Parts: sequence; structure tokens; C-alpha cells
Amino acid sequence: MSNQNDTEKPSGKQEYNITVYTENQIGLLNRIAIIFTRRKINIHSLNTSPSEIESIHRFNIVVHETEDVVRKLSRQIEKQVEVLKVYFNTNEDVIWQELALYKVPTDIIAEKASVERLLRENGARAVVIRKDYTVFETTGHREETDALIKILQPFGLIEFVRSARVAIIKDSDGFNRKLREFEKAEPGEEVAENEYLNNGQKIFTM
Amino acid sequence: METEQKELSNPAEVETIEVSGSVALLEALITEGTDVIFGYPGGAIMPIYDALYDYKEKLNHILVRHEQGGIHAGQGFARTSGKVGVVFATSGPGATNLVTGLADAMIDSTPLVCITGQVFAHLLGTDAFQETDVINITTPVTKWNYQITDATEIPEIISKAFYIARSGRPGPVLIDITKNAQIQKFDYSGYTPCNHIRSYRPKPLIRKEYIIQAAELINQAKKPFIIWGQGVILGEAEQEFKAFVEKSGIPSAWTILGAGAIPTDHPLNVGMLGMHGNYGPNVLTNECDVLIAIGMRFDDRVTGRLDKYAKQAKVIHLDIDPSEIDKNVQTTVPVWGDCKETIPALTDLIKQKEHKEWLQKFRDFDQNEIEAVIHNELHPTSGELTMGEVIHQLNVLTKGEAVIVTDVGQHQMVACRYAKLNSTRSNITSGGLGTMGFALPAAIGAKFGAPNRTVVAIIGDGGFQMTLQELGTIMQSGIDVKILILNNRFLGMVRQWQELFNEHRYSFVDIASPDFVAVAAAYGIKGRSISERSDITTALQEMLNNKGSFLLEVMVTKENNVFPMVPQGCSVSEIRLK
Repeated sequence: MSNQNDTEKPSGKQEYNITVYTENQIGLLNRIAIIFTRRKINIHSLNTSPSEIESIHRFNIVVHETEDVVRKLSRQIEKQVEVLKVYFNTNEDVIWQELALYKVPTDIIAEKASVERLLRENGARAVVIRKDYTVFETTGHREETDALIKILQPFGLIEFVRSARVAIIKDSDGFNRKLREFEKAEPGEEVAENEYLNNGQKIFTM
Repeated sequence: METEQKELSNPAEVETIEVSGSVALLEALITEGTDVIFGYPGGAIMPIYDALYDYKEKLNHILVRHEQGGIHAGQGFARTSGKVGVVFATSGPGATNLVTGLADAMIDSTPLVCITGQVFAHLLGTDAFQETDVINITTPVTKWNYQITDATEIPEIISKAFYIARSGRPGPVLIDITKNAQIQKFDYSGYTPCNHIRSYRPKPLIRKEYIIQAAELINQAKKPFIIWGQGVILGEAEQEFKAFVEKSGIPSAWTILGAGAIPTDHPLNVGMLGMHGNYGPNVLTNECDVLIAIGMRFDDRVTGRLDKYAKQAKVIHLDIDPSEIDKNVQTTVPVWGDCKETIPALTDLIKQKEHKEWLQKFRDFDQNEIEAVIHNELHPTSGELTMGEVIHQLNVLTKGEAVIVTDVGQHQMVACRYAKLNSTRSNITSGGLGTMGFALPAAIGAKFGAPNRTVVAIIGDGGFQMTLQELGTIMQSGIDVKILILNNRFLGMVRQWQELFNEHRYSFVDIASPDFVAVAAAYGIKGRSISERSDITTALQEMLNNKGSFLLEVMVTKENNVFPMVPQGCSVSEIRLK
């Protein structure tokens, strides 16, 4: 994965998407978070939610760091007892989105700007339209959701909220098959895959 | 109750039976092979202690004088016995007093299961009396921790706790049990030890490719060098390691936690690594062509300045913990896996060799070190006593058979450098955390873990005063621990640094001590204090011959420095002899 990304400055910092598959366990979020805070590394975005597999949770963590640091972080995370697997990817290796909600006064929007035009131009949709306010929703990259803030600001943007990033790894087969490997007492190479030997593949992990 | 217990301890005979959470806990401990518990009771763990009252015959509970002493004793026990140390403490201050020991066990990979009492589940988060958020406090210093609020969880969680503590890279586990769960009765159907957790891979799969690559490197090497750590001991791979070293003929040096895995006087054992290690191993680290690191983690006290560490060498790193690979030193061949399995695989593929000239280089450096440092340290003829000559005489009397437990500081470095160790699990010290006050309680535990061996706790005058209340534990349990205080009337290591790097500005290192022999006497422990060279042998002999514990204080020279030394920020090859 990130080894294939030699186009990026090798020692430079960039955004990495860390994907973590875990058991659903109280306290695990803290265990993972302190791996970052111990090294004084800021988490730019953190999303945790149930994965496609029942009882398995998926974390998406975004940090701005060097590959070397991200690899070490990922290994420390994977070392935690309730963590099944960790992947880390550059932005080029993932499809990612953030969701944003914008609350604006309906009268101004209706008066000064065509709601329809705003929606169309920004790929947004109206979630709620009330007499007093309207809530728009859009998804996209940071720059896209930022752009709509700028547009709505003159119209009296009341409130704005953005979700954490969710990311799909381009070269991933999902986790179902891997999980079955984990459930065996003697897992095969699928689980023990690692970056040194899997250099030839498009994706590899620890 | 007596008959009921007998039934319980044998789960095979049990269908289901109604027991309390506390009884289920103690049954779990017995099934896991626990025979000694170091603990201290208190409000939130009272139901467990009440159950323990009926288990006195099966579980030997040692009442310590402070929970920190309890956990260090657990560590000492685990380190000499190879078993999991078990520690009990109550909630709040009892639990927070464990934190230093947990951190110590975490960084030194010591298997522990600590049980803490907790307030009733319905009181969690209400700032109840002696309530502390123990789980969050201990998260960074435990391999795993878990809070039990329902008794039915106890058998499964305790089995996971033991499995996690001792498997893979070992470490401390803390289980916090709320008082209601200790009291609650439930249908108990026996205890099944855990051997698989799907999200937990204790050891990575061994890949043959690595073994082959490593063997090729070793076979081609002209100046190979082995550095080993505690992983060899934790993996119980001492025999496999010895066979590897002997077949390869490669000079081998140790980290302080690896000391004793092969005997001190093994012809291929070239000594200690690191800041106060031997001259040859440090200098020649920067001359070897292949560096084979086994079960060690390239601690900064071993590597010195990293960007000048073994840059010329190809590095083979054997470790059970994948996160150690490339953490500090870039690896050429990473051999992931349990060294009990990887070392023999490697031994099979390497050629039988001798590296006479290369080994001679180490011996030449030894000669320099003997002349510049060791001779004066071990055989002074005039002036005040040195720490080294005391350790030397101890070696002569114990013949290297004793378990040496050390505290932290100058005496620790001197003891690790000079103590003769014939067998594994003989050097118990706080390596990674550097916890002053470790030795006395750890020695108590070490003796329980190795009851047939002589245990000598070597302690400085500073460290002894941090946990000397554990003399009470020695008194009450009747355990036989030899206490050797090397008293230089200073916090010596800090003083040494202040002398060398802070222009003799001795800032708060001048420490006064009580009459240690009188303190020991107050606890009913025999003692003696000496300051004459002619008394060393007889006094050590008296200590070793005494039936029961003995405290020997040796007044040593005040301002002696431990050399060689790799000053902080320097490369290992810049090691100073004076």
C-alpha cells in the first residue's frame, strides 16, 4: 500500500487513513486514543461504527504524519488484545467522504438566493425545510464541504456540523474472509500477512 | 465448607453449583495453578477476603505493607518462577498504589494478574468512598484490563486474564471487580482455561523466508555479533539459545534483563551491553557486520545515540512482538515469532563455525577494561570499600548460584556487571522503568518463586528507604531474604551525573539514613554493618549462613563512579573508561 506511493515525499508528512477492525469492547476507544496522545499526535478525524460484520467495529482514524510514524502507530494499535487488524492508507488509496449539515434561515435563503440553485451547484440536498430554518446536507471532501460554508455564510448560516471521515480502501476484499481465519485457533497466512513479504501485492498490512 | 471446596476445585465433578463471585474467583486462581497471592485488604475487596478465609490451606496469601510492595513481590515471583504473579488490592488508593508496579511489569514484560476491588456497580461514577477510575488510570500500563460488574463474567474473564498475561509477550493484566459482583451468587459450572481469543495473536506466524535469509546472512558474516535480551528467558529458550550460540561460534552480549540466560562464564558470553556495560560489546557493536538481536528491544540505554548505532551492520531481529521490529533500529531481516521456535530453525540452517580472531578482539577490549576499571573495582587494596569488591566476594561465596535481586542506581549497575550467574532467572531487576524501591519487595516474591535458592537483594541506601516497610512482610511471613545494602550515603547515580555533567553541583543527592541494622532489629531481623575490608568475607558468610533473613550494610566509598559509561547522547563506541 503506502510503499507503492513513492510519488509522495518519502519522509514528508501527509494524511493517512488508519482503518482498525476491533471487537466491540468498552474502553477500547481509550486504549487506541492513548497510543496517539502518548506520542503527542493529533487525531484529525475519528469515526467508529459497526462494520459489515456483526459484532466487529470499524475505526477510521485520520492523522497527518510520516509513513514511518504511521506504521509504528498501526503496529501498536494492532498489538491491542481486542484489535483484529489495522490497515493504513494514503488518501490516494481510499475513497473517502465526510458528511456536513448546514442550518440557515429559510426566509433569507428563499429571498436572496435560489435554494434550488444552491442545491444543484453544491450537490446538496435539503433535509428539513421549516418556516424558520432549512437544513442542507452535503457529502464530499473537506474542500467541498468548506466551500458551501463560504457560500452560505452571507445568508446567515446559523449552525454547521461535519462528520468524521469515512473511507473505503480501494484494494480491499472486506473483512469477512479474514474474520473466519481469525476464528480458527491456528490461523493461516492470511492473518499473518505482513509488509515485508507482501510487497508484491497491491495491499499489505503489518 | 471444607468439603464443598474440594468438590469445587475439581471442575470436572461439578455440574452447576451456586457460588459467590468471590468463590468463583478463588477457584479460578487455584485452577490456574496459583499458590501464592501478594495482597492487602480493604473495603471494596472485603467479600473476596472473606472467601479467602476459607481457602487459607490452598492459597497462601502474603500480607504486604503497601500495595506497591505487593505488586513488586508479584513481579519477583513471576520472574524467578516463570509463573503468573497474582496480586490483590482494594479500590481507590489500593489500586492506584499498584500503578508503579504495573508500569514496571509492562515495560519489563512480566506476567501478572492483579485483582482490584471496586465500589458497587450502582455507585460507579458517583465519587463514592475509595472510588477511582482504575480501568482508565491503568490502561496505558496494562497489557489488558477489564471491569467485572456481574459475577457470571468472572470465570471467563479470569481465564482470559491469565491467558493474556502469560502468552506471547507477557505483561500485566488488571481485573477490577465491583463489590456487588464479588457478593453476587450465580450458577457456577466450573472453570475452563482460555487458549484462544480471536482478536489476539500471541505470536506471529513464523515465515520460513526470514529464517533462510537470516541464516544466509549469518553464514556469510565475518564479524557477527549476538545481542540477547529477556525474550530468551521469557520464551524459555535458554537451551535452544545456547545451542545456537555454540554452533555459530558468535560472541554474544546481553542486556541487563537477559543476564544469566547463558552462564556468565560461558566462553562466548562477552558481557553486558549498554550505558554501563562492558567495553568490548559497546565498541564492537559499531564494528560487527551482522548484528543478531534476540528478544531485546533496543532500549536507548543499550543503543546510545541511535543515528550512530551499528550503522555498518546488517541487522537480524528476532522478536515475538511485531511492533518491536523497526521501532528503534532498522532491521534487515525481521524474524517474527517465538524464539523457542525460531532459534532452533535458525540453528539448523547455520554452519558450525568459530570466530577466533573476532572473539579475541572482545577479549582484548576486556583486557583494557580490566586494567582501567575492573581490577581497581574488584581488588582494591587500600582506601574505602568499593561496591565491586563486595559483589566479587559474594560471587566467591555463592559460587554464582544465588538469585540476585537489585534495586536501581549505581549498585544495580555494579551488581549486573559483576555478579556471577550460573543459571537463568537469577537476575531480577527493574530494567525498563528503573523503579527505586523495587528490590526489597521483589526479593520477597523471588524467594516464594524459587524457595530452594538463596535470594540476595542488593540495594542502595536511597532505594531501601523507599520500600523498607516490607521488612514487616519479611518478619510476618518468615521468608528468608538476604539484604545487602551498599551504602554510599548519596543518591549515587544522580550524584555521578551531577559530578560528570553538572560541574559537581550536588543538588539534593546527599541522603541521610537511619541506623539500618537497628531498623532491621526492630523487625526482628538480624543485621550487621561493616566498613572494613577485612570484614567483607566474614560478614557475607554470616549473612549467607544465617537461618532466616539477614541485613548486611556495607559502608562503601562515597564518591565512586560507575565506569565504563556511554554518556547520554553519545554513540556506544564513544564509551568512556574514566
